[in-house]
Amino acid sequence: MKLDLAIEELHRSENHLVTVLMSMSDRHKADHEVFYVTRDMAKWSREHVVELARIGRDFGLDLDPEASEDPGLLASVRQRASELMGRRSTPGLLLLADLRHLYRETAGTSLDWEILAQSAQGAKEAELLELARRCHPESLRQARWANAHLKVAAPQVVAS
Amino acid sequence: MPRTDRIAEPWGTRTPYGPGETWPTRVDQYLADGLTEVDVDRWVQSATILHSNGDGLDIAVKDDRIVGVRGRAVDRVNHGRLGPKDLFGWQANNSPDRLTKPLIRRKGKLVETDWDTAMDAVAGRCRELLEEQGPSAISFYTTGQLFLEEYYTLGLIAHGGIGTNHVDGNTRLCTATAAAALKETFACDGQPGSYTDVDHADVIALYGHNMAETQTVLWTRVLDRLAGPNPPKVICVDPRETPVARAATVHLAPRPGTNVMLMNALLHEIITNGWIDREYIAAHTVGFDELEKQMKAYTPEVAAEVCDVPADRIREAARILGHAERLLSTVLQGFYQSHQASAAAVSVNNINVIRGMLGKPGCGILQMNGQPTAQNTRECGADGDLPAFRNWSNDAHITDLARIWNVDPMQIPHYSPPTHIMQQLRYIEEGSIRFLYVTATNPAVSLPELRRIRELLSQDRLFLVVQDIFLSETAQLADVVLPAATWGEKTGTFTNVDRTVHLSEKAVEPPGEARADLDILIDFAHRLGLEDKDGQPLVKWTDAEGAFEGWKECSRGRPCDYSGMSYDKLRGSSGIQWPCNDEHPDGTERIYVDGRFWAQPDYCESYGRDMVTGAPVEETEYKALNPTGRAVLKAAEYVAPHELPSQDFPFQLITGRTLYHFHTRTKTGRAPQLNAAAPEVWVEMSASDAADRGFAEGDLLEVATPRGRVRARLRVSGIRPGVLFLPFHYGYWDTKDGSQPKKKGEGRAANELTLTDWDPVSKQPIFKTAAARVERVSRGGTPAPAPTTTGSAPVTGAVPPTVGGDSARAEELVAGGTTVGGQA
Repeated sequence: MKLDLAIEELHRSENHLVTVLMSMSDRHKADHEVFYVTRDMAKWSREHVVELARIGRDFGLDLDPEASEDPGLLASVRQRASELMGRRSTPGLLLLADLRHLYRETAGTSLDWEILAQSAQGAKEAELLELARRCHPESLRQARWANAHLKVAAPQVVAS
Repeated sequence: MPRTDRIAEPWGTRTPYGPGETWPTRVDQYLADGLTEVDVDRWVQSATILHSNGDGLDIAVKDDRIVGVRGRAVDRVNHGRLGPKDLFGWQANNSPDRLTKPLIRRKGKLVETDWDTAMDAVAGRCRELLEEQGPSAISFYTTGQLFLEEYYTLGLIAHGGIGTNHVDGNTRLCTATAAAALKETFACDGQPGSYTDVDHADVIALYGHNMAETQTVLWTRVLDRLAGPNPPKVICVDPRETPVARAATVHLAPRPGTNVMLMNALLHEIITNGWIDREYIAAHTVGFDELEKQMKAYTPEVAAEVCDVPADRIREAARILGHAERLLSTVLQGFYQSHQASAAAVSVNNINVIRGMLGKPGCGILQMNGQPTAQNTRECGADGDLPAFRNWSNDAHITDLARIWNVDPMQIPHYSPPTHIMQQLRYIEEGSIRFLYVTATNPAVSLPELRRIRELLSQDRLFLVVQDIFLSETAQLADVVLPAATWGEKTGTFTNVDRTVHLSEKAVEPPGEARADLDILIDFAHRLGLEDKDGQPLVKWTDAEGAFEGWKECSRGRPCDYSGMSYDKLRGSSGIQWPCNDEHPDGTERIYVDGRFWAQPDYCESYGRDMVTGAPVEETEYKALNPTGRAVLKAAEYVAPHELPSQDFPFQLITGRTLYHFHTRTKTGRAPQLNAAAPEVWVEMSASDAADRGFAEGDLLEVATPRGRVRARLRVSGIRPGVLFLPFHYGYWDTKDGSQPKKKGEGRAANELTLTDWDPVSKQPIFKTAAARVERVSRGGTPAPAPTTTGSAPVTGAVPPTVGGDSARAEELVAGGTTVGGQA
């Protein structure tokens, strides 16, 4: 049984996703929808980290329920930089790169949930399966947003 | 003759009636300068334009000038009544400071020029940028105050001719969420209600909708029901003690930004108590199981904590909603301009749907509009959507539209959703949009975070065209200003929130060289040389009726079908509700009868969006979810507002309107009676908050947020504690400062303070959840210049009542022939 490994890996990737989303948010403070939606979506990952730490105890794991995040100073430096760069067109390309990166990260996390759900089913771990059922859709929604926003942003960045 | 002071009595005299009865007729009339009906040369048919209600009226003309108005007794919307803004607002047409010549910027100053020079400059710059960068450089920002014909032509020029995706209207600020909420639940815009539902309803629920001030005549209808036998119960959700709240059976005043939490608790109660129509749900909806599951956690106790509303009061409201036999729900800015706008508005739809209360007399939803022609902005494609509710992500719809316009389908941008104004501003900020054509709106006062807006609009690298009737704050920043004709000076049609179409005929000539917006747009298209794929002019009409005929073809077979209408049919009519076609030649009062929707995957306008992220739902997903086109029940989780009060900014600031003004007061500020009723900005605070700080009525306060500062006198009102209210109407055109506050910190416009954030689903900016602090600048001496008749009614001190006096007395002729009035 390697369920503990699957939980640990997912805990790691959701934890990482919080950092990805929050740093992306800070980098694009001047892009208001990106700034707020990534922060709202980071809350889902934070909750997933809590849930995974909680259920991890049943599988002998000692995981941190609190997502590790960048110190506030780094965040505010990024936000300030974004505001100062707001009048230039280069952040557009950076946004596309960040969206592409986010899509890949969320797709990876989503697959990790898939693995966990399948394994939980195989191992008849009802509670774990229920957790995956609850969290996996949010992981998919993060990926869909990255994809959708890329579609919106690309034409103006690339074709102008 | 007895008359009523319609400033002091905005809703006029009661004509009580009972459920199922016809609303009695009361003809309201106001003529200037002591004129009487015998002095009037002619009456010209039109409808009201300083709000969204769409009341039929006739314009009185004497010596080729507008001299007054009279409600149309035959009209289905108002049965003869008019509101204060309609009775007095027309005077702005005759204002001496109307724009009468085009203006062009030379050496930094706007100077008068001729039409050729102005239009060549506009078309020339547009063509230059198209060659240099392509359509991504060009954007359009229009309004909710032009006519259908103008929007359709604008949409055709932008989408079919120039091929830009950057098209929006200021409807983004007012009704974008109405459209979005309808698209989420019914996969298509279009109101599932009729104003006559007021005649039949036994419960009327108003969500963030201060109908008494925004649609005075519709509220008059409600007041007449309340004064009659077997009156309806009224539910009001509003943080202020509005006239609606004072008339309500139950008033819920949640913390700003918590509407979704409150709605979820109401849904929780209705579902757990089984006050639902299981048969209807099974036959006509998808998504109920998920809704039921998600609402489980939202108990009234949880909501009471978050919203600061007593749990028992939530239960009481839910019980009334749950026991309603004919439920009419209406929604407006308290939901649309607040956090999680679309999710909250969709929850209102959910209540009517799970109770099976649609498509029957008294059972309807009115996701309200704020502006007179906002429905047309949405229908005709001037808000960026494609005309006649075509789906931008359905290739067959694009092909069909390309056939009607005789252009290549590739010409019509449909690779992503249209660029809403807030995103357009972002592109202007980073420099990729370099041409902005603004028609009939004033973003330099109405958009959030004004310092940013002014900076963006005054950039040298942006070519700004403003088409308006006055030199607004925005026009003062323009490179070219085009003087337009307004209502009464041009012909066209427009449609109100309950799908009623009215014809508005030209009564008088526009002043000076001012031209109809339609003529200016057609001129623009010709100067750009826009052609269809056979080399013929893209815009094939030369007048409003021609444009209407073009629109009829475009709308044929779509939900908003106008193909059965004509100008002749609209002349003398009581207003016609779409869809109107061969099958329904007299129009259609109720849609969604027997659970038949327009939500089929190949027909619907939208596949919907994620309620939190706003990501569009893909075609395949939608087909799997809703293959047969039922109503979609969408659950929404509560997300905390983005800007919460803090130690430095302990209040929540909300902005809003007053009964006597419209938008940025360009018209109502020029009508003496209306201006006198609310001449200056004020700020509202609760009695307990004022007492805590030792503030009193009339004290001059400075309200500040991280974005700016505004000075206003204090009105101690019935607003909930912890919340400040500022009316957003006041800008700078009637101050000595011009387009902006000259002295930092002496702002007058509420939007100096608001934050740049919007609902990810509808893209509507959030005006109702900014954290703010407040300090006293000086003690009062005079009461705040706020009306006492409305939501700003004082709760302390001796404040003289708002009256209009002699110049505000209007006639009221109640059916049966007696003229009545409050005061003789």
